[in-house]
Amino acid sequence: MPDVHVSMRGIEKTFPASGGGREVHALGPIDLELHRGEFFAIVGPSGCGKSTLLELIAGLAEASAGVVQFEGREIRGEIADRVGVVFQEDACFPWLSVAENVAFGLRKANLPAADKARRVDEALGIMGLQDFARHYPAQLSGGMRQRVCIARTLITEPRLILLDEPFGALDQQTRLLMGEEVLRLWRQTKATVFLITHALDEAAMLADRIAVMSARPGRLIDIVETGWPADRDSRIIERVEFGTITSRLWRSLRAESLKAGGRPADRA
Amino acid sequence: MSRVTIYRILVIAAAIGILELLCLIGTIDRITMQAPHLIARDLAAILVAGKLNGAIAKTLTNASVAFVLALTVGIATAVAIHGYRALRETLDPLFATYYAIPVFGFYPLLIILLGLGDAPQIMIAFMLGVVAVIVNTLNGLDRVPNVLKKTARIHGMGRLDLAFTVTLPYAAPHVLTGVKLAVAYSLIGIVGAEFIMSRGGMGYEISFAFTNFDNATMYPLIVLILLVSITANTLLSLWEKMLLTRRGYS
Ligand SMILES: Nc1ncnc2c1ncn2[C@@H]1O[C@H](COP(=O)(O)OP(=O)(O)OP(=O)(O)O)[C@@H](O)[C@H]1O
Ligand SMILES: [Mg+2]
Repeated sequence: MPDVHVSMRGIEKTFPASGGGREVHALGPIDLELHRGEFFAIVGPSGCGKSTLLELIAGLAEASAGVVQFEGREIRGEIADRVGVVFQEDACFPWLSVAENVAFGLRKANLPAADKARRVDEALGIMGLQDFARHYPAQLSGGMRQRVCIARTLITEPRLILLDEPFGALDQQTRLLMGEEVLRLWRQTKATVFLITHALDEAAMLADRIAVMSARPGRLIDIVETGWPADRDSRIIERVEFGTITSRLWRSLRAESLKAGGRPADRA
Repeated sequence: MSRVTIYRILVIAAAIGILELLCLIGTIDRITMQAPHLIARDLAAILVAGKLNGAIAKTLTNASVAFVLALTVGIATAVAIHGYRALRETLDPLFATYYAIPVFGFYPLLIILLGLGDAPQIMIAFMLGVVAVIVNTLNGLDRVPNVLKKTARIHGMGRLDLAFTVTLPYAAPHVLTGVKLAVAYSLIGIVGAEFIMSRGGMGYEISFAFTNFDNATMYPLIVLILLVSITANTLLSLWEKMLLTRRGYS
């Protein structure tokens, strides 16, 4: 039996009606377990509730029904220790330098200033940002800003890393390379990784297991095990199994994406 | 120096030059106004002699007190009410029409309430400035992206931490707009109140000099007020520019 790190049972999320609209049933019910140390990816059509699910795990929002547990303790709208999040949107603080942005991760840590500085340097080095420590986010490319956010998360040494389409805004080549970096970090830190993506190839290349979500309200309609070795890198996309995995993901997802796009599946 | 800066300096220099010329050839007579170079000389003399130092210190101190009060009360109020939608919607009409209220009309009432000392003057200046700070701070706080607040929560920040480490720094350029207005309003409030009814201060001295045809005191003091206000504003603008450049707006 694998060691369960995060467990979700009967999770649902409904947003109350606002501005004369109807209430939105965004998500669920969902039952899912993340194993300690695994790389888990989730794919699904736009608006199916992926970010909502991530916020429930992070403790940023409360589920309307069901229970989320992290390391055996219930998460209910409060942030658990040692959970790191890299958001879909640019989350750099524009008034802080790169080094200050990364150091923000240690603001609440009870460490001597010298230790903090050393860890900031380390994290900058790992993310290849050492030459940009004194730059401001506005002077960086989108990919580099996302690295800053990853460095800020890493420096807290999270045991669970939640990534919400962290490479969404990047070009294909940069995404593949960033994917390799995330794999490297995952191996180094031995953290559990939960990655949201809309890119099937990214999920297929990075993850041990991939969940496919339905159109809203998001439910899990398939879970694919990739069976990749831990020391994989982007060259894995040349393998035949890679094609098999992506086409299976696409088969599950196609009908759902059409639904999300508002067109009937049979006519497309 | 940029071309525009040079033009601006030229415009000001030309205006002073024309004024100087009009005074020298007598189009503007001595009783109306002194020539600019005489005003500069008189100002230097006043400052060196120090006989108005007390008045200058009183005005600048009171304006500073009013400014600091408007700033702290304004920012604290904005942070406190920012999250409460109903409260803000209730207050919106007040904020929107606030500057239509002639605050000086309340000065006699404030004198009755607070006495004839500095307090009612500081109160007037504070009342003028505080709402500009509140409105601009709220405007900045409204623009803070949600993802930055979430980032702060993920890193274990409470409400106060959030305000001081994330939302207020993000809103800083907007807060600074309020700060600039508060500087101007503080001076306007204090000098204006001193004009109307007071026992000292630069406004009082100007009005006293005016009733005694004492141009050698009146014009230098007016220029001094101008210089103080412009200097404060320029420094704040430079700071604002630095903040914005850092964020990639230039
Ligand atoms: N605060 C909210 N209030 C009301 N509805 C919301 C709220 N947040 C999200 N929703 C709705 O819930 C649904 C799921 O949103 P969510 O952001 O989780 O989707 P997503 O799968 O992350 O989409 P994307 O792939 O575009 O990022 C959407 O239909 C969205 O409109
Ligand atoms: Mg999303």
